[in-house]
Amino acid sequence: MTISAELELQSFVLLRLGERRFAVSAKHIAELVAPSRVFRFPHRTSKLEGVILRRGRIVPVCDVSEILLGKRLTSRRFYLIAVRSYGTQKEWIAVPVTGECELINSEMMAAAESDAPHVAGWLSHDGDVIEVLNLDTLTPGPEQLLGKPAGQQMAEARP
Amino acid sequence: MRLAAPAKPGSAKSEQLILFRVSGQLFAVSSASVQEVRSADSMSGAATEISAPGIRKVRYVLRRGDRSLFIVNGAMHFGLHAAEGALLFVLRKTRTALLIDGIEKMTSMTRLQALPLSFCHEERQWYRGLTALDQTVVPVVKPEGFLSADELTLLDRALLESDNSATASIEEADSTE
Repeated sequence: MTISAELELQSFVLLRLGERRFAVSAKHIAELVAPSRVFRFPHRTSKLEGVILRRGRIVPVCDVSEILLGKRLTSRRFYLIAVRSYGTQKEWIAVPVTGECELINSEMMAAAESDAPHVAGWLSHDGDVIEVLNLDTLTPGPEQLLGKPAGQQMAEARP
Repeated sequence: MRLAAPAKPGSAKSEQLILFRVSGQLFAVSSASVQEVRSADSMSGAATEISAPGIRKVRYVLRRGDRSLFIVNGAMHFGLHAAEGALLFVLRKTRTALLIDGIEKMTSMTRLQALPLSFCHEERQWYRGLTALDQTVVPVVKPEGFLSADELTLLDRALLESDNSATASIEEADSTE
């Protein structure tokens, strides 16, 4: 491996949803936690199940299985706590996963124009080609806000 | 029951809340936002029916002098299973009387967390934020979020039409006599 190739290696967290594996850049992952009680209340944003309490923070639970697999997964073993960007603001989101996660170093191939918006790129690992997810487009956020700039709604929010 | 006027901001670090239920779901509202709590039955004689296109959550209006208070069915507002509602919260500085199932208890919160930005639809108008109370997360409602400016315009128009048709009926009855 050349020095230039080494420099392109990045860390990724591999997560499992059903039979498939996906990757997220490790710099966007805060922690992996056991499932806890989900608090539900009325809202109109699809893909959001509710919220969990984690270290005093209220963290929204974003189920991405339907988008990625075409079906909802009811079983879950962990929540992957990821950092989601909203412009300059960052907040935690909890993504339910169905198996252990793994930290790997790999090179990422850039996504093609024909790829879905939630695909940040591709990587090869253990003979599999794995989608690297862009959580900012995969989970709901300010682009769906009611015509207000995100900054107007962030007064009380914290990362 | 008439509630005390709100304490001045900054006088305490905590905020008094009323926890209430709508279709079994728990919500919180600042007690300072609630001007009165009334039994829904006690209002039944004073309320008149109203029908504004597209606003199914408001079926009755209360007249108080020059002021009209629109009775918002909490269950319909939040998209929950329909419930009759037993109590009314008259919300301060709004034209809303909120129909709820009942009061759970009064409590206080020391911290209101903004609604996470992942929540990006009407709920941003509904809630001031979320608070953790006794290891439970409760949404804190925004009193002015029950009726938008557009909805109030439509309701006022429906009210005016209703008044005009009532006046016309009286005049017609008088002329017949």
